[in-house]
Amino acid sequence: MNEAEVEVVETDLLILGGGMAGCGAAFEAGYWAAANGLRVTMVEKAAVERSGAVAMGLSAINCYMGMRWGENQPEDFVRYVRQDLMGLCREDLVYDIARHVDSSVHMFEEWGLPIFKDENGHYKREGRWQIMIHGESYKPIVAEAAKKAIGPENVYERIYVARLLKDPETGAVSGAIGFSTREHKVYVFKARAVISAAGGATGVFRPHAVGEGLGRIWYAPWNTGSAYSLMIRAGAAMTQMEHRLVVTRFKDGYGPVGMWFLLFKGKVRNAYGELYEETQAEALEDFLPYGHGRPIPTPLRNHQMLIDRRQGKGPHYMRTDEALAAMTAGLDPKAVRQIEADAWEDFLDMTMSQALLWASNNIDPAKVPTELDLTEPYLMGSHSSATGAWVSGPEDLSPKGYFWGYNRMSTVPGLFAAGDGVGASAHKFSSGSYTEGRLAAKGAIAYIQDTQGRPAVEDGEVQGIIEELFAPYKTFENGAEKSTKVEVNPDFFYPKQGLMRLQKIMDEYVAGLAANFMTNEPTLNRGLELLGVFREDLAQAAARDRHELLRVWELWDRLWCAEAHARHILFRQETRWPGYYYRGDYPALDEENWHVFVNSSFDAPSGQWKLETQPYHSIVS
Amino acid sequence: MPTYVNPQKCDGCKALDKPACSYICPNDLMILDVAMGKAYNQEPDQCWECYSCVKTCPQSAIAMRGYSDVMPLGATLTPMRGTESIMWTVQFRDKRVKRFKFPIRSTPWGSIDPYAEMGEPPAGELGKPNLAGEDRWLGVDELAVPERSLA
Repeated sequence: MNEAEVEVVETDLLILGGGMAGCGAAFEAGYWAAANGLRVTMVEKAAVERSGAVAMGLSAINCYMGMRWGENQPEDFVRYVRQDLMGLCREDLVYDIARHVDSSVHMFEEWGLPIFKDENGHYKREGRWQIMIHGESYKPIVAEAAKKAIGPENVYERIYVARLLKDPETGAVSGAIGFSTREHKVYVFKARAVISAAGGATGVFRPHAVGEGLGRIWYAPWNTGSAYSLMIRAGAAMTQMEHRLVVTRFKDGYGPVGMWFLLFKGKVRNAYGELYEETQAEALEDFLPYGHGRPIPTPLRNHQMLIDRRQGKGPHYMRTDEALAAMTAGLDPKAVRQIEADAWEDFLDMTMSQALLWASNNIDPAKVPTELDLTEPYLMGSHSSATGAWVSGPEDLSPKGYFWGYNRMSTVPGLFAAGDGVGASAHKFSSGSYTEGRLAAKGAIAYIQDTQGRPAVEDGEVQGIIEELFAPYKTFENGAEKSTKVEVNPDFFYPKQGLMRLQKIMDEYVAGLAANFMTNEPTLNRGLELLGVFREDLAQAAARDRHELLRVWELWDRLWCAEAHARHILFRQETRWPGYYYRGDYPALDEENWHVFVNSSFDAPSGQWKLETQPYHSIVS
Repeated sequence: MPTYVNPQKCDGCKALDKPACSYICPNDLMILDVAMGKAYNQEPDQCWECYSCVKTCPQSAIAMRGYSDVMPLGATLTPMRGTESIMWTVQFRDKRVKRFKFPIRSTPWGSIDPYAEMGEPPAGELGKPNLAGEDRWLGVDELAVPERSLA
């Protein structure tokens, strides 16, 4: 393999990831940077037009207050999120999203996103926080605005960013390094501030389908946890990495259920016609006070379904037949057709395979109910889940200890986070992630203005990283002749083989599907042991082409996330989110000792993880 | 439901500077087989069926075949995406057909002016909590602050 070409890009603000949070950051940064003569650069491993979790489209915007119509206030939203998260969220961060998010959604509509309206001309509500959109082109619209905001020449696509760079003297972030997935080329970005908006993690756990359907999971398979692994390796404090998302979705297609629950008032019955939320209501009593709060938290609803399953009462069905019969009773045929179209659009805007699954099983939802199932776990900070960096809140509303200079800055100076990258700030969804990108960008521009000079990039470190990035090619070249069968080699494995190994470990030891989400201290310790050996072996992963090289480094992302996840679960000695995961050795919620955040940081020189708790401060009664 | 490419239709996007499917695929799956001059999905089990390539292919050469381990054969789902709307044709395994048309955008493509009527940021605004253009876009006069704060 020849030496890779190296291009150095000098910029002021570097945005990693061009998804919703990255595009929000680009929009906001472009505005403040232009006035201050600063350059903003965005790097994306795919094409911004169709990248990130919203690439496929969405049928709803799940975070919209409607303050202009007096529908909700930020306080209401904080109370809702706190209840759904079983008492743990950074209320300052959640409040901050809520008070700004409407402005982002109003701009989306101005830019051309079609939003359903009700008879008053207000956005049509699917639920209290959700509005309905014709969102097939949601991402291309947002991408167009982002590219115009910072100039298309400052958008670098098809570059996988593998590592952050830091000034060795000050410890401040000084840029990032990545490689092209289209040519043999390295990019060294030198920056004065960096925003990590590179997405949450899928593929850490074994999903339901492990053949051709391996990629048909609920969250985007290209979200490999870069946002977390970049920050972990840079030494940033992470919070809530024990948290995860497990949700009820239409089985196998992983299609959305929100519209069926909220708008169509659909009910889920087990195979014997029972409403498990009623028949398993007793289970809520074990997790007070949250079991008595409403809505019932997502993990507790999962918990009820899991109990029902263990009693042999599955499968569980979304009774689309009952819901549509009730919805369409007495309506004229045109109105009935409209409801049918809305039901199909829900899938066709955001999970087309669920529509194909209906078609391939000859399912007419008006006549036949559809099976539901629980997903495998995902690590993400934007849904009913809260993994991510421990960041500063905004100065005007953050309690002492939650503010250190700039909104959304991590514990590494100059390193900001947004979207899935920020922890303890759940329920952002697409609009809130976009808004958080905006908040981070404004904070980052202020940081740059206040911080003189450019942080140093050490050439030796850059050279070392470049060598490491391409090592999987060398591994293949050096070992390929040891076997007549290219797939089986005594010295190395390929990234897909490694992915299977990681998913097996996580599934069995860190409370995946196969373990019914159960684990304990000895199981976690054995899992961590196996992850440690896997880490040694992954250094010997081989790549035959650029695509496999990308997959090797994405697997490293996933491994870092996996390890953080396992260590956090081990540290938190309680079961706070039953239905997400269970600690068999600490099966109860322990409000007295564990109503706190768990934070970790990785120290690269020593290779040691440090875990500690951070106190909970409330700003909303 | 990974993508597959119809060799009769794919022309390798010879007229473009790069194959459209390869440019748009979010997961680095669609690539050109240079010898054959046609595109293919190089890692079908990492396909999310997001249809980005299907929608963008200028030859309508890309389709989906349901995941072999998940979906019965015989159904098809085909989009026709225009500038203002998208039309979906759903064909069931038993050959029933349904068609749906949904709007996708209410303004012309390329028409966004991100900072229209916002003006330059006033001096001293950088340190304040308001975001760009919120005086116009937030929909309420004052940025909310909580009823109590421990700051």
